[in-house]
This record gives sequence, structure tokens and C-alpha cells, in this order.
Amino acid sequence: MTGIVKLFRRDVRGTTADTPRRTFIRRALSGYFAKRYPLQDAYADWQAARTTAAAIKFDAVNRLDTHLETFARQAEARGTKVFFASTGAQARDYVLALCREQGVRSIVKAKTMTGEEIHLNEALEKEGYGVVESDLGEYIVQLRKEHPYHFVFPCMHLKRGEIRATFEKALGDVGSDEPENLTMVARRVLRQEFLKADLGISGANFLVAETGQISITENEGNARLTCALPRIHVALVGIEKVVPRFEDLALFLPMLGTAGAGQALTGYNTLYAGPRQPGETDGPEEFHVILLDNHRTRLLADPEQRDALHCIRCGACLNVCPIFKNIGGHAYGTTYQGPIGSVITPHLRGLQDWKHLSGASSLCGACTETCPVKIDLHHHLLQNRRNAVREKGVWWERLLFQGFGLYASHAALWRFGSRLAVPGLKLHSRFSGAWFDPVRLWTKTRTLPRPPERTFRQLWAERQKQKSPRA
Amino acid sequence: MSYPPSDKAAVLTRIREALRLPARVPHQDSHAPSFPALPGKEEIGRWLPAVGAGYEERVALFARQAAALKADFVRLPALDAVPSHLAALAQAEGWPADGIASHPGEHSASLVEKAGFRPFLALPGYDRAKLESCAASVTACEALIAQTGSVLVTTRESGGRALTILPPHHIVVATRDQLVPDLPAAFARLRQAYGGTFPSMISFITGPSRTGDIERILVLGAHGPKKLTILFVG
Repeated sequence: MTGIVKLFRRDVRGTTADTPRRTFIRRALSGYFAKRYPLQDAYADWQAARTTAAAIKFDAVNRLDTHLETFARQAEARGTKVFFASTGAQARDYVLALCREQGVRSIVKAKTMTGEEIHLNEALEKEGYGVVESDLGEYIVQLRKEHPYHFVFPCMHLKRGEIRATFEKALGDVGSDEPENLTMVARRVLRQEFLKADLGISGANFLVAETGQISITENEGNARLTCALPRIHVALVGIEKVVPRFEDLALFLPMLGTAGAGQALTGYNTLYAGPRQPGETDGPEEFHVILLDNHRTRLLADPEQRDALHCIRCGACLNVCPIFKNIGGHAYGTTYQGPIGSVITPHLRGLQDWKHLSGASSLCGACTETCPVKIDLHHHLLQNRRNAVREKGVWWERLLFQGFGLYASHAALWRFGSRLAVPGLKLHSRFSGAWFDPVRLWTKTRTLPRPPERTFRQLWAERQKQKSPRA
Repeated sequence: MSYPPSDKAAVLTRIREALRLPARVPHQDSHAPSFPALPGKEEIGRWLPAVGAGYEERVALFARQAAALKADFVRLPALDAVPSHLAALAQAEGWPADGIASHPGEHSASLVEKAGFRPFLALPGYDRAKLESCAASVTACEALIAQTGSVLVTTRESGGRALTILPPHHIVVATRDQLVPDLPAAFARLRQAYGGTFPSMISFITGPSRTGDIERILVLGAHGPKKLTILFVG
């Protein structure tokens, strides 16, 4: 067992035992459900919209090379600097070189999960650059030195009192713990950061291949400020974020808002094409787009799971996932939590180290059903399990299944075994869950049903006997 | 140290290598996969929430959406009515005489002037601290979208990037011909207006700036305008 699994088990034991926090998370999500489903029902046909969105993403991902070349050509024609990074290290080095070359002193960041993925903040801070997260949730978790709990709602696990305590530690007295007041405190502090920053870093939700635009979806306006005020703007984007055409966004923007946040359209959906153009009033002098691979091509090379790259990171699969709701976002130990994280992390960071996430699933399929781009998530979890065993099986599991195969394919063995099972289960019920119980891992938290008196075969035989006199 | 070289060739090679095997089509029988074709552009809007056909219906829908978003929607009979409305807003909210930002244009600065103010103009090289201290901004827009209650702004039509996001109250002036039914129509309008050479920023603004990051409770004015007023002439 690797250290990652041990850590996962330890964290999960803690979070599942924390009933008040679990209740809090459920309550926080209830507002999302109350808003999302009526919006979805207002679509002329939500299912058809999903099929259309999936087909557009299918084209985007399966012709990724062409689309990225078009994107780069169009973006460069507008004065955007496009940088392809194979690894997180290359992307970090590029940003660091940019900071040095341009004499950057102050950096403000809008939310970027890709930035989390490559640990960009840590790299910048190590070189002595101060980075301030401007998304309210990200700012809060940054002050707490935590990772985001949910890749759309980063601090949904925190109560207002905890957030006030965090602010007081960092900023001094902040007054009441009302969300309104705490938000205004952050607004005042971060406004000053926006005004002094000379570099703004953001992610992007979509790359429009045809026009070389990036599209950013947000509610707060912090990304708008990040892309308006600093003299340099860098967008860090995964290569899979492509859509082929400008008009495709007329479908993706509302679907992202609906599935992601229960909003018909999120507050600001903004397309950027290049730095400030001739004749424009303001905007950055330089605009850089970093297109990041970082093992996405490994996932691309798997024809069975390639559709996981359709993901638009709406987070809906987390919100509906019974596992996420019970173990919480931090226990995953990944940048991307929930079902989509469990599917893609083994590809991004290694199957053997992260295969346990595919096991931590009830395979209920709620994720697949809710996904706006129809990613076959729960089947991918099964495929990860299969691939992990194929690549490196466990000898005793193999032996167990071979034994079961033998047992189940020989009638006499089956008859003998099931007859033994009745007294066996009765005996087991006396020490179920005790320290010497061989299946204690399972029985310590579960109670087996009362063992039956007779096997199915015995019942069947009796029934036939009762029937036969009349026949 | 200079910039590291872009790894474009390596990334594209890996992508082409990966795409040599055709994808399994999700949710389909693997024996007879039919690869989905890229849906036509007309397909894109077909499944979105329906919008009424008539002009009045669309105005009503926009008004309903705006109200749900906590934006103020004001319908005015003519452009002449805008200055007096601005003056009333200024008085009600106590804007200082020099605290209204705008950009040159018939649906923006000239209306502010007619209301009796000297607007702070967002012109190239403007004083950013001054803009930040303004109480309100008055701008034109590209379009209003009835389907979602959104305001479409661009760097070209609405005075750059910061004017529509920095001051705490954003007032948008729109006219009858700017109301479009839905998002596909808004994209078509942009395409028609700009061909392929789009302004460097195009933003769909849907309600005032908002956040739900603390206990999922809605708070307005997280970073951008706390108030959004749409003065609709038509």
C-alpha cells in the first residue's frame, strides 16, 4: 500500500466521522440543486443540448492538433504570445522568466485550477514574488494555506466564523461575521492589490480555435479586473479547453452556468483577443497564453477514456456525488476532486498511486447523468480499476477470483459449498466484527443480514416436492 | 535569463501520436460506432430556453430576468428622458459632481453632460486612481439579451476594459434595436459587426458583481459594481 492510499484512508476516517461538517456541506449544496433543476427544465431540450455539446467537444478533442494550431495562429495575429508547455515545470519557468524580464513586482491572480495543478504560487513565492488570489474563495483558502475544497466552490466547507477568524489573523479586526461584511472586507483589501499589480494571472474556461480568443467565466468580476488593470496578462490554460467556433460559446456559456452554479449565465463571461489593440482605451500591453499539456496527452492516447477531456470543469459531478458529499474535497488529495478527478488523476499522476480513487465510488452513475457534456464517468472509474489490475494485479486477489471461478462453474462444488455456508454464516455471526474475524475490514462498520435457515437449492427442492403431488 | 523556448512541436507531436487510435464513442455500441459530426451552427441555439417572438414579450422577459438578477431595469420613452433620470439617480445616491465616469459618445458622455455633470472620461492614458474613486460609470453597450437578462459590452462600444467593472454603480444605456432575443443572436450580431476582427474584450454582464463563496449566501459587489442599472430607451 502506498503512502498516498494510507493518507487517503486516514483522511477519510476523519472526514466521514465529522457529521456536523457533512451536514453543513449538504445544506450548502441544497441551494445549488434548488436553482439548477428548474433552470435545466426551462431548456427547450436539455438532453439534446447535452448531446450537441458533447458532439462539439468530440470534434474539438479529436481534432485537437488542428484546432490548437489555428488557435495559436489567430491569437498571434492579434499580438498574443502563445507558449506551449509540455510540463508544469516548463509553464512555471516561463512565468518566472516573464517576471524577471519584465521586472514584475506585484502579482494578482484570478482563479485558475491549472495554476493549482502545477503549483504556480509556490514556485513564484519561492523566487520571492508575492501572489495574491483575488477570487474570494481562493483568497480565503490562500490565507489559510489550504487547498481548494471544490474546484468551483473553493471554501464551501468553511463557516462564517472560521472565515472571520482567518481574516482577523491576517488583517486585524474585521467586525461582524456576516457574509456581506466579510465580502466587503476582502473587496477593500483586494482592490488595492489590483491597483498596484503589474502582472495578472488567470486561467480560461474555453479557447476559441477559430478566432484565437480565450473565454473566462466568473461571478465576482475579479477576473475582469485581472485582465484590465495590470500591464501584463498571462492566461494558463489546459490544451483540452478548445471549442472550434466562436458561436459554440452560445451553447457552452449557458450550460456551464446552469450545470456549474445553477445560474442561467454566470455574472461575467468574457472573451479576450490579444492585448490592448490600437485605438482601444486600456488593457494590458502584453498578453500571454500558456497552453499546458502536463500529461493530458496520456489521457488523449486512451481512446476509451478520451471523452474525459471533454470536461468543462463545471463541478456538477462533485455536487451530486455521494462520495464527495461524505468524504469531502480535501480527502481526495488531488487538484480536481470528485468523479472527474478520480477519472483523470490516475492519467495525470500515475495509475498505481491513484487507482484507489476509482475504488472509492458507489458506481451509482449520478455523475454521468448530470454531466453537461456526457462524459461516461462511472464507466471510466470501472475501466481504471480494470487497467490497474491488468497492469499490476495482486496475487491473492487473482487466486481468490480463480477459486471463485472454479467454484461457480462446477455444480457439485457449488452445492457442497452453499450447504456449508448456512452453518458457516451462523458461526460467523457470533464473532462478526471481532478482532480475529477474517473479514473484519468489512464487518467492523457493517452488520450482515441474519443468515438464512436453508439454501436456495433446498428451498427449491422443497417447493417442487410440494407441487408434485398435484401435478 | 531569457524566455524558455515554446515546446509547440513536442506537444503537437504527442497529440497526433495519441489521436492515431480513433476514440471510442461514449454511450454507443462499440461495434457500430458512428462518429458524431460537428453540429451545424443553427443547431446550437435550438435547445436553449425559448424566447417569445414579439418585441414586447422580449422586453418583458428581459425585465423579469434583470429583476431576478437584482439589476435595475428602467424603460424610458426617448433618449431625452435619460439625462433627467441620471440626475435623479445622482441626487438619490449622492454622487459628487465630478464622480461620474463615462466615455465619449451619444449614448454615454453626452447624456451625462446633458444631465448637468462633467463626466470623467476614460480616454487612453486616463488616471486609474481617479476612475477608481468615481461613484458611477455611464456607458453604451453592444446589445441586451432577453433570454438571460445580460448586457453585452465590448472595449469598442463601452469605453475600454475597466470602465464597466471598476466603479461601484454601472449604468448602461441601450436602445430598442439593441435588444436581441437570445445568445446565438448576440453572437451573430457580434460576427456581423466585426467580421473576424473582434475587440480585444467582449463581456456578457449578467447582473451586478456577485459571490456566494461564504456559506453559499449571495452577496452583491464582490469585486465589480454593486449595482447595475439598465436604462432602456424603446
